[in-house]
Amino acid sequence: MSPDKNTKEMICIVCPIGCHLQVSTDGEEVKVTGNRCSRGEEYAREEMLSPKRVVTATCRLEDPQHPRLPVKTDAALPFEQIEALLAEVYSLSVKPPVKVGQVLIEDFAETGVNLVSSRTIQTQ
Amino acid sequence: MTYCSQTFTLLLTTKLRIGTISSMSGSQSEEVFDLAVIGAGVSGASIARRLSMYDIQIALIEKEADVSFGTSKANSGIIHGGFHHEPSLLKSRLELQGNLMFDQLQRELHFPFTRCGILVAAMDEEEMKTVQYLYARGRKNGAIGIELCSRERILDLEPKLSSDVVGGLHAPGGGIIEPYRFVFALVESAQHNGVRLITDFEVKEAHHREGLFQIDSAAGDTIYSRYVVNAAGLYADEVSQIFAAEEFQITPRKGEYYLLDRMTKACPGKVLFPVPNSVSKGMLVIPTVEGTVLVGPTAEDIHEKDDLSTSSSKLKSIFDSARQMVPKVSTKDVITAFSGLRPALAEGDFYIEASSRVPHFIQVAGIQSPGLTAAPAIGEYVKDILKEEGLTLQERNDYDPNVQRVPRIRNKNAYDIDELIKENRAYGNIICRCENISEAEIIEAIRRGHDTLDGIKFFTRSGMGRCQGGFCTGKIIEIIMRETGKNYSEVTKRGKQSTVIRRSLCEQNK
Amino acid sequence: MRTEQIDALVIGGGAAGMSAAVTISAAGFSAALVEREDELGGVLLQCIHNGFGLHEFKEELTGPEYAERWIHNVEESEVMVFCGTTVMEMNLLEDGRKECFGYSPQHGVVKFVTRTVVLTMGCRERNRGNVMIPGTRPAGVYTAGLAQRLVNMNGYIPGKEVVIVGSGDIGLIMARRMQWVGSKVHGVVEIQPYPSGLTRNISQCLNDFKIPLYLSHVVSKIYGKERVEAVDITPLKNGVPDHEQTFQIKCDTLLLSVGLIPENELSKQVGIELNPLTNGPTVDSMLMTSIEGVFSAGNVLHVHDLVDFVSAEARLAGEKVIDYLKGIKPKRELPIKPGANIRYINPTRINPDVDSEIYMRPLVVSNNARLKIMVNGEVVKQKKKPHVQPSEMIKLKISPKFFQDVELTPDSRVEVTLQDEP
Repeated sequence: MSPDKNTKEMICIVCPIGCHLQVSTDGEEVKVTGNRCSRGEEYAREEMLSPKRVVTATCRLEDPQHPRLPVKTDAALPFEQIEALLAEVYSLSVKPPVKVGQVLIEDFAETGVNLVSSRTIQTQ
Repeated sequence: MTYCSQTFTLLLTTKLRIGTISSMSGSQSEEVFDLAVIGAGVSGASIARRLSMYDIQIALIEKEADVSFGTSKANSGIIHGGFHHEPSLLKSRLELQGNLMFDQLQRELHFPFTRCGILVAAMDEEEMKTVQYLYARGRKNGAIGIELCSRERILDLEPKLSSDVVGGLHAPGGGIIEPYRFVFALVESAQHNGVRLITDFEVKEAHHREGLFQIDSAAGDTIYSRYVVNAAGLYADEVSQIFAAEEFQITPRKGEYYLLDRMTKACPGKVLFPVPNSVSKGMLVIPTVEGTVLVGPTAEDIHEKDDLSTSSSKLKSIFDSARQMVPKVSTKDVITAFSGLRPALAEGDFYIEASSRVPHFIQVAGIQSPGLTAAPAIGEYVKDILKEEGLTLQERNDYDPNVQRVPRIRNKNAYDIDELIKENRAYGNIICRCENISEAEIIEAIRRGHDTLDGIKFFTRSGMGRCQGGFCTGKIIEIIMRETGKNYSEVTKRGKQSTVIRRSLCEQNK
Repeated sequence: MRTEQIDALVIGGGAAGMSAAVTISAAGFSAALVEREDELGGVLLQCIHNGFGLHEFKEELTGPEYAERWIHNVEESEVMVFCGTTVMEMNLLEDGRKECFGYSPQHGVVKFVTRTVVLTMGCRERNRGNVMIPGTRPAGVYTAGLAQRLVNMNGYIPGKEVVIVGSGDIGLIMARRMQWVGSKVHGVVEIQPYPSGLTRNISQCLNDFKIPLYLSHVVSKIYGKERVEAVDITPLKNGVPDHEQTFQIKCDTLLLSVGLIPENELSKQVGIELNPLTNGPTVDSMLMTSIEGVFSAGNVLHVHDLVDFVSAEARLAGEKVIDYLKGIKPKRELPIKPGANIRYINPTRINPDVDSEIYMRPLVVSNNARLKIMVNGEVVKQKKKPHVQPSEMIKLKISPKFFQDVELTPDSRVEVTLQDEP
């Protein structure tokens, strides 16, 4: 999903109300309507200019009881980097012990975002 | 202890199935069977087991991955009471005779069966006339113990009936059975007595020369046999054609069923038939041996022999019909719907005789209701035909009619289960919580050759309860892989292309 | 047979069970926690996505992380833990205690003789049979939770071309998961005119991948003899299928996210009264079921949408167990009933003399709603709700202050209504 240069409709996810936003861009300038609060505007701006997501996945774990280790990014990752990160996660193999929060991939693609384990697995 | 080694050989034959066959078709040690029974449904299994009493080599051939995967899997599971068919029909005779054989069979084979009795409920005086006719027919057939019931009597026998009932018929000799468990036990007993089970063998071509049939499968395997019994169910017409025997047509007649949770308030103590009328046959309400309830079946002639689809269009009429008889029947209790296909012949009777065109070829076709009830008698009947056709039947002195009971934790008390777990820890690992099935029972199913999800389900009941496999499927997949050495891509729901898992993430980085 | 004499047996080691057991144990009572899987955590372990813990820990955690914090609490406590153990039977003893049998490969059958029981068994998924989707019965039809377990715990991908039935959160989360493991999701089919899942999940799990959401549609037929080959999708017109508009999607997998049901096999076995609105036990202000000394909390009581609320409710149940063990009982209780636009309220009775928390599910979607708490038909408290929808449970604190100005008699009843204002 690449940011549209003109207008776009989106649903605000900041709170459960889910305002239907109309967002238009002109260069760096973003115009938002349909929002009920300023947080909606902020959300729309970020979604238009640099959408980011926290990514969760699993990588291989060398443990017969737990063949997969859940992992996550420790911050939101630029949208266009997600696919490359997933490819790297799926080729990653971790040997226990591993601790929750342990960094598995550091500063992925110079984004400053780390991939960390989201579970502790002791050695058998 | 002799049994243990038997189990072991069974496991081996299962695993080496294909290898054994291909080596047979090769030059070395071409093994020839005296008898090949085509179709491992309830008819074929009964025939194979009955003949396993004699000193002959028997092959039981099945096109599916497991036995009882056709008509014998999806039907009403009723052991009939002997009043449904005219005395002149072969099926009437075999039904009655078969019915009487079930007590001994159960003692030997331990399948779930109970003579709970059958009621036909008349909802008005008009229907009561039909009931009188059924009673007279039953008497003529020689059905044991049947009686006419007043309103009071029938409500006494079955309080779940609508208070609108005016009377009916009671056949105490009728009952219910788990049909697939019956077939599994028959086949296991047959195997125990030397019958070779060959699954995934779809008969494609057959040649008869020098008193020997050569039978080729779709996958290119070959077996030889001196005698052939065609018990191919829905496909009996096609098999007959392949062997250049009689031409006839089997019409698949679909029956749709709904299965109700055992928590339903509609579970009757007896099998309940409505009175058939000119407009509709009406829906049965059938308790199962395991405590759930079946509502159905519809009857619809269709074209495709593998069309087991269900439709929602008949749901309302099915339940409306059932509710007239049992008001507590509710769609809220439905846990699943399924269809079965009956192999119907135009003439309506069973067609069991030696082919007049092809020597040593026995037709066992058109075995629809009451085929399940009649099956043991069909075994007997076909044995006599084979004898007449010249097959030498010498009794073996090592025939053992018994199969070993699988300990099941269901309905056992905690103290007995504690002892079981001490002997085998796998009894303490509960895999299916809806039906209370332990890992040990799953492993036993696999060791006895049932290594598909459906095969394990029918053997153990895991996945048959209210969650329909939501919890246990993942665990059973793991157990199949561990016990059989299969890869994830070889685990199937019921053989062939019915694979359960399409890819593995772990494989990506191997 | 191994026998344990205890004050409290907690059945189910997921979010609810861990919270209840830790609470009871911290007050000095002996508690055993029984879990059928080989490790604590329950369904959280397969929920590897994030979004858990905002209420309990004030930060966003994944399911395994949320579970791990609680597992740590259990390990620090005096709670006796029995993993790989399934409670299959409960009997009521003459002296009021309960006898429960747990089956375990490791311990054999363990007999627990306990003063109280807390039911925290969670819930299960509704399946194809419950929603009666016509068609063939091939491989490739899975509940979304089963698929989630296969993918996240085992790394097994059930299919490559996927259609999802139901827009509940598990269905939406699985849509994204299937995309992220390289499968293609062709659509999510929802029978209701509005999505059942959170807006955030619609946005990030469907819109991010341009997955179509078919509202007011049903899967009307499944095709395929051995494996799923396609499904028919039919729009609803005035609530009934408009078969002329049916279209087909080719796929090899159908995932069902069509609702959850409390897992009350054991409750039914001992004859606990169930609430037909929640399918969970009917409980009083102590979260005690119709059988004295048996309590219930979490998804086995009623299906929650936030694990944080599960932990909180189970903590409350734990506190009530402690009261019960100490012999503290409410002086009086009032029935509390759902009024207009409310589907159910849990518990079904409240103690007007203490602070209590009630949970309820609305029947309507509204962006301007007002909750009214009434006693004997008189409004005693109102609360504005800027947004309500059926998929989001409402949690409400009830204070003794609400009842200051009304005369409470044994016949008094409390009612909560939801007004959808223009």
